[in-house]
Parts: sequence; structure tokens; C-alpha cells
Amino acid sequence: MEEVKNNKITDKIWDFFASVKLAIIIFALIAITSIIGTIIEQRAEPAKNIEVLTKLFGESLAPGLYTIFEKLGFMDMYRSWWFIALLVLFSVNIVICSLERLPRIWKLVKEPIGPMSEEQLKKFPIKRELILKGKIDKVRETITGAIKASGFKNYKENKEEKSLQFFAQKGNYSRLGVYLTHFSILIILAGAILGMSLGFKGYLNLPEGARSNVAFSYNGKEIPLGFNIRCDNFDVEFYGRSDMPKEYRSWLTIIENGREVLQKSIVVNDPLTYKGVTFYQSSYGLITENFNRGIFILRIVSGDSQISNLNLRAGDTFQIPGTSISGKIIDFSPALKIDRHGHAFTYANQMNNPAVYIDFSESGKQLLSGWILKRHPETWQLPGGHRVEFLDYWGVEFTGLQVRKDPGVWVVYLGCIAMSAGLFIAFFMSHRKIWVKAIEEKNNTRLLIGAFSNKSSVAYERKIDRLVSVINKRQEGGK
Amino acid sequence: MDSSFFFGLSTMAYILAMIIYITYIAFKKNQIGILATTVTIIGFVSQTLAITLRWKEFADFIGMGFIRSAPLTNLYESLVFFVWCLILGYLIIEFKFKNRSFGAFITPIAGLALAFIDISGMSKEIQPLVPALQSNWLLAHVVMSFIGYAAFALSFSTGLMYLIMTTEKRNGSSYIFWTLTFGIFLIVLISMGIDFLKFHVVVKPEIFIKSYMFKTSFLNPSSVVKAISWITAIIIFFIIWRYGHILKTVIEKFNITPEMLDEITYKSIAVGFPIFTLGGLILGAIWADQAWGVYWSWDPKETWSLITWFIYAFYLHSRMIRGWRGKKVAIVSVIGFMAVIFTYLGVNLLLSGLHSYGSA
Ligand code: HEM
Repeated sequence: MEEVKNNKITDKIWDFFASVKLAIIIFALIAITSIIGTIIEQRAEPAKNIEVLTKLFGESLAPGLYTIFEKLGFMDMYRSWWFIALLVLFSVNIVICSLERLPRIWKLVKEPIGPMSEEQLKKFPIKRELILKGKIDKVRETITGAIKASGFKNYKENKEEKSLQFFAQKGNYSRLGVYLTHFSILIILAGAILGMSLGFKGYLNLPEGARSNVAFSYNGKEIPLGFNIRCDNFDVEFYGRSDMPKEYRSWLTIIENGREVLQKSIVVNDPLTYKGVTFYQSSYGLITENFNRGIFILRIVSGDSQISNLNLRAGDTFQIPGTSISGKIIDFSPALKIDRHGHAFTYANQMNNPAVYIDFSESGKQLLSGWILKRHPETWQLPGGHRVEFLDYWGVEFTGLQVRKDPGVWVVYLGCIAMSAGLFIAFFMSHRKIWVKAIEEKNNTRLLIGAFSNKSSVAYERKIDRLVSVINKRQEGGK
Repeated sequence: MDSSFFFGLSTMAYILAMIIYITYIAFKKNQIGILATTVTIIGFVSQTLAITLRWKEFADFIGMGFIRSAPLTNLYESLVFFVWCLILGYLIIEFKFKNRSFGAFITPIAGLALAFIDISGMSKEIQPLVPALQSNWLLAHVVMSFIGYAAFALSFSTGLMYLIMTTEKRNGSSYIFWTLTFGIFLIVLISMGIDFLKFHVVVKPEIFIKSYMFKTSFLNPSSVVKAISWITAIIIFFIIWRYGHILKTVIEKFNITPEMLDEITYKSIAVGFPIFTLGGLILGAIWADQAWGVYWSWDPKETWSLITWFIYAFYLHSRMIRGWRGKKVAIVSVIGFMAVIFTYLGVNLLLSGLHSYGSA
């Protein structure tokens, strides 16, 4: 690996940065220091990490250690000056190492191969010798056919005295796979830097019915979006009767210059992007101060199938169409549960099981009253075949959106593709060369095969054996 | 016949295969070897059936389409898939290298892992997916990660065998390294086995590790038991250290050369590394990007995957430095797999216990 030792100081520095030794030292340093950030919670409240340190080192040492660790940047270590410096060193290492080696590798890629002498061929790691019946002219087709069949399309031919030599190479460019891999790391880092300098990350809690033209960064600053986004509705779907959410969905509209330009409903794993800004479904919650100001969306179906769709508020009354029965909305619970004694209570501060309490009366006379639950259609049924469908309580939930703009993400993805391709080439492809020398001896032809691969010679050797058996078979068939 | 029938069948097949492989090593009869391979293949086929059936059961249960229902949502299911990859990898090596001796190492791992899953009662428990997990990227991510892990597991066992075969002196650092590694694995397995026997727990693994693991031994409330456990552990270490050479003679019987072990270690990592890079790191990042809009957030799980990746990069590059081939790189391959295990188990189980945000 090592070159002839250079003595000039600049050469020494160059060699230092070009060495694989430095690379593995950096690998070790990055791996070991990264552990710190998995033990100490990053960018957390001090109290949290003092607790962690107390668990690990005891009460007396924790506060002192915390101060030291904070000075060392451990509380946000992946952004600390020394970790960044490590990454810079790593990139410099890759660049210099590649610059050092690429010219030589490029030569190996581009270099045409030439004919070999018999002595040279006998020194090859993979070599075969066989005798074919007949003169060169007769077996020529057999040989070239076999060479082509093993994937060497562009073979060259060299006429020598009393012999003929074929040679070919393929996969020259596979030698560059490693460099593609190395280069892809730089692309990914560049993409990350691009994203950090030109993009932003933030969040937006948007109540149903509300709109906003800003998002908020995690330290509370407003980030202008350049357009408006409105949440038309939010809903959670659960697995069966359980409280395990199956899907959160927000119906969003983008409004620009007073016009609705885009509408989409988003779920986790299926975000909305407009003008480079992407909105991800991330959380949801109740707006407590709006709690009594929401709108009940009901669908009333009378016994003789007259339907009315209603939007009501707490305290409103409605009529079942075609009857003199009226209902009055008395109470609401976002998550109703009935305990063993039959008492209803609210068990969660989320819309897990929305329920509305309605008093029904007929011409002023109290008829019945009870809870109607959104998730339990059997509670919608009233005596007399009437039905009150509780479809939604709208305007009391907010959808929690992550908002991101990252113009570097495509660069990162490009780097990822390059890395995958590079690794695939580096490990599963190789630069292979083959020489077949046909020497005429009396009425026979002696074949001398030499082959070389820059890696995994076992697999290549098997391939050469197959080539030999193809030649043998064709020769027998040809007679 | 449902999935649990075929799980049981494959468990038995693997354990039976282990016995036949050991017999094969003892008698070196070709017919016995063929029988061992056949039984392993039967185990593999029935495990494939079991996974497919469970997949279908899961799909019927959550009703979200076939792709989304891959049975890879919890620790146990992924362990089953890991065993499947491991056996597949082993069978490939057996056919490529025409050597059956590793079977005696791999089939007990497979059999024990499946038996462990069976006692802990996992195969009946079906959990629906929370929204963040409903992603095709996630499926590809998990599947490829585990194929990578299985390749790394193979390199771990051949790396360890390499060390066992090539170390002579008891006070040499490589010898001490492998006896320690081996000892820790053995002790953790034994003490977890005791925990299972003592508590008969049928709970989720996360809960098991938090509330039961080592409670019979190292974390026992009684300090006497605690002391006895530590002394036993030290004795086990000592015995392995003192009589480690016996293992060496056993492995030498397999007619495997250290060069072959070194080559298999490299080949496994050469297959595992690109698959893990694409599956574990890149697809994981794409999934996170789709779900939360951050492709890399330095959370402990991601960071540990990256640490694992750097250790294997270390392995690949250190092979190019003079004087590193052989024992040193074998040690790196062993450390690499320890990082894999920590990424998979330790992060959820140990680190999340340290942080109050806990069970996520
Ligand atoms: C994490 C970052 C890196 C990754 C993923 C990576 C990946 C690889 C891979 C996969 C190979 C092929 C190994 C094989 O075929 O066995 C390789 C070779 C190599 N790497 Fe890296 N590498 C990284 C960083 C570096 C750095 C920082 C250097 C700086 C010196 C470096 C220098 C080399 C050299 C000299 C080779 C041999 C090239 C050849 O065979 O012509 N690598 N690298």
C-alpha cells in the first residue's frame, strides 16, 4: 500500500490524509464518540440528563459531570464543533485518498490489454491447458464462440507465428465502484448541509376550520410560508372497538392569493407538498377552549326515511322530520365510558369515543334522553324506527403537522442511490481479463488459457472451467 | 393446519438436524450428512410455510392488504424472520463451500431461538399496526435489515471460530477476547433461561427484559443470590478460559481451515454490508423522511445502526492494512455483530430504560 517515503513536509501531510490508517482511526472515533449521544439525551432539559447521570454515576458526581459534559458539547454532540471537525476530517480523508489513487485506477480502467507470451500465461493465477483436434482454422469458430458465450463480446485477435491469440476484458469500470461509494458520502454530506442552510423544520398545530400562513420553529419563532394552509377536517379511525388508532387523517387546503390551489387529505406516511414545503401528519389533540363551541354534525333519519342533515351547537334543538319529536343537545364527552355502576365518565382527553347527550321530547313532554356515540351505531337507534346519526363534532380538534422545507433532500437521495450502486458494483462485480492462445502442433491445436480477476477468483475460476467445457463440447459436436 | 403447527415442525426439525449434524461430524458418513441437510431443508420449508400462513392470518386480521401485513412488527416475529434468513444463508454456504460442519453450529441457534419464541407464547399474539408503521418502505427496510443481520451473524460465528482455531496462548489478548465473548453469550443465555423457568412469563419481550430479566440471578433482591450468581459467572469464565483449547480441537475435527473461515467471514460481510447499507440505513432514512419529514434525527436506534455500519467499514478497510489480516479483523467482525445485537435489542431495552420517555 505505502508509497516510496516522501520527505517534504507537504508530502507528509498529503500522505497522512491519503492513508487508510487515518480512515480506520476516524471510523473508530466516530463510532465510539457517537455512543455518548445515545446515552445522554440530546437537546433535552438539563434535569433529564442529570437524572440519567445520577443513575449511572451516583448522586454526588452527577452535577459536576453534567457541567463538564456540557462544556464538551455532549448535550448536543452531533452538532458540536469537535464532531463536525471529525466529519470534516473524514471528508478530507476521502477526497485526498481518492485523488491519490484515482489516476492509477483510471489507468487500469482505460488500459487496453495486449497479447501475452506462453511463459507469461503460465504464471497466471487461473490457467488451463487443453489440446483440440484439428488445425487452428478448424477450431477457431469454437474458441471465439466460447469466448463470446462467456460474456466477452469485444475480444481482440493477434496473429503470431504458428499461433493465434485472443484476449478480452470486461467490467473495467467496476473498479470505480469503490470510488462511487466514497464520492456518494460527500454527496450525502453536501445534501445535508444544503438542507440545513436553505431549509427549515417546524411544526404547526392547526385547528379544524382555521388557517395559517406561518409555521413555528422549535424555539417558537414564526416561519412565513408564503401561502395559507387550512385544515378542513381532522379524523381518527380506530381498530374495531379498541382505542388503538388505525389512521389519522387531515383534510388540508392550500390557499394562495385568495384562491384555493390544492386540496389533499394526508395521513402518516403520505404527506402534502406545496412549493417545496411539506406537511406531515404527526399528532393531534383537543382544543379545550373551543370545547363548547364546536359543531355537531348529525344526520336524522325518521322512521319513514325522511332525512335531514344538521349542523348544531350545544343547547340547540332540532326536529325529527315528519314528526313532532324534538331533540335538545345537552352535553358532550370526547371519550365516554360507562363504569360498572352505569355511570358515564370521560376517560381520555382525546376524541377516542365522542358522545353527545340528547334530550328528546314530544310536544313539550319529556320522552327519553341518553348518550349517542359516534363509534357505536347501535346507540343511534331510537324507538319508533327513527335514527340520529352522530357523524362528527367539528371544530374542537387540531391537527399537529410537521412542516419542513429541505431543498437538499434530493441531493441526499441522489447520494443514497449512488452509494447503493457503488456498493453493489464494488462487491458484486469485478474486472475480468482473459487470454486464449491457440498454438498449432502437427494436426492438433494446443490451447493455453490465462485469466485474471481483481477479486473473487473462485467464482471466475468456475466460469473459466465452464468455458473450457463449452469448448470441449463444441469440439465433440463438431466432428 | 395453522402457522403454529408449522412453527412447531420447523423447531423440531432444526433441533433434530443439530443432532444429526453432530453425528455426522463424529462419523463422517456421507449419508448422514445428506440426511442432516434434508432435515434442515424440511425445517426451512415448513418455517417458510409458517411465515406465509401467519402473514395471511395477519392480513385477514387487520384487513390492510397483503404487503402491509408482513409479520415483522414485533421483536418475536422479526426473530423468526432472522432465523429464516440464517438458515437460508447457511444452506447457501453449505452448497457453495461443500462443507456441512457449520450445520452443527447454526441449527442449534435456529432451534433454540424458535423454541424460546414458542415457550414465551408469541405466535398467538397479533398486534395491529399503529399509523407510523403502515409503510411499504418500512417493510423493505425491516426485511433487508434482517437479511443483513443474518449475514453478519454468519460472519460472527466464523470470525469467532477463526479466533478459537488460531489462538494458542491463554494470556494472549485474542484468546482472552474470544473466551470473554463466548462466556458473556453463554451466561446471558443461561440466566435468561433461568428467568424463564422461574417466572414462566408470557409477556411482551420489552416487558420481560425490563421487569424480569436477570431478576433470578444478577438482579436478585437477595444479595446472597446476587453474589452466588456473580461467582458462578466468574467460574464459567474461568472454565471457558482454562479449557478453551478443547473447543479448538473440536473445531479442528470439522476439517475447516482458518483460511476458509476468514474467507467466509469476509464474504458474509461483503454480502451483508451493501444489503445493510441499503436496507438498514437508506430505506430506514427514507421511511423516516416519509413519516416525519426527517431522514436522519440521530435518535439512539439510528445512531447505533450507524455505529454498526462504521464498525463493518472498519473491518473492510482494516483488511487492507498490513498486519491486520487474521486475528485482528476477526475480532472486528465479532465486535460488529455485538453492535448489531445492541442496535436491535439494547437500544430498546437498555437505553430507553435510562430515559424517562421509556417504552417507545
Ligand atoms: C464510511 C465511509 C466509507 C465507506 C462506506 C467505504 C466503503 C468502502 C468499500 C465498500 C470498499 C471496498 C472494500 C472491499 O472491496 O473489500 C472500500 C475500499 C477502500 N476505501 Fe473506503 N469507505 C469509506 C471511507 C473511506 C475513507 C475515509 C477512506 C480514506 C482513506 C477510504 C479508502 C478506501 C480505499 C483506499 C479502498 C480500497 C480501494 C481499492 O481497492 O482500490 N474509504 N471502501
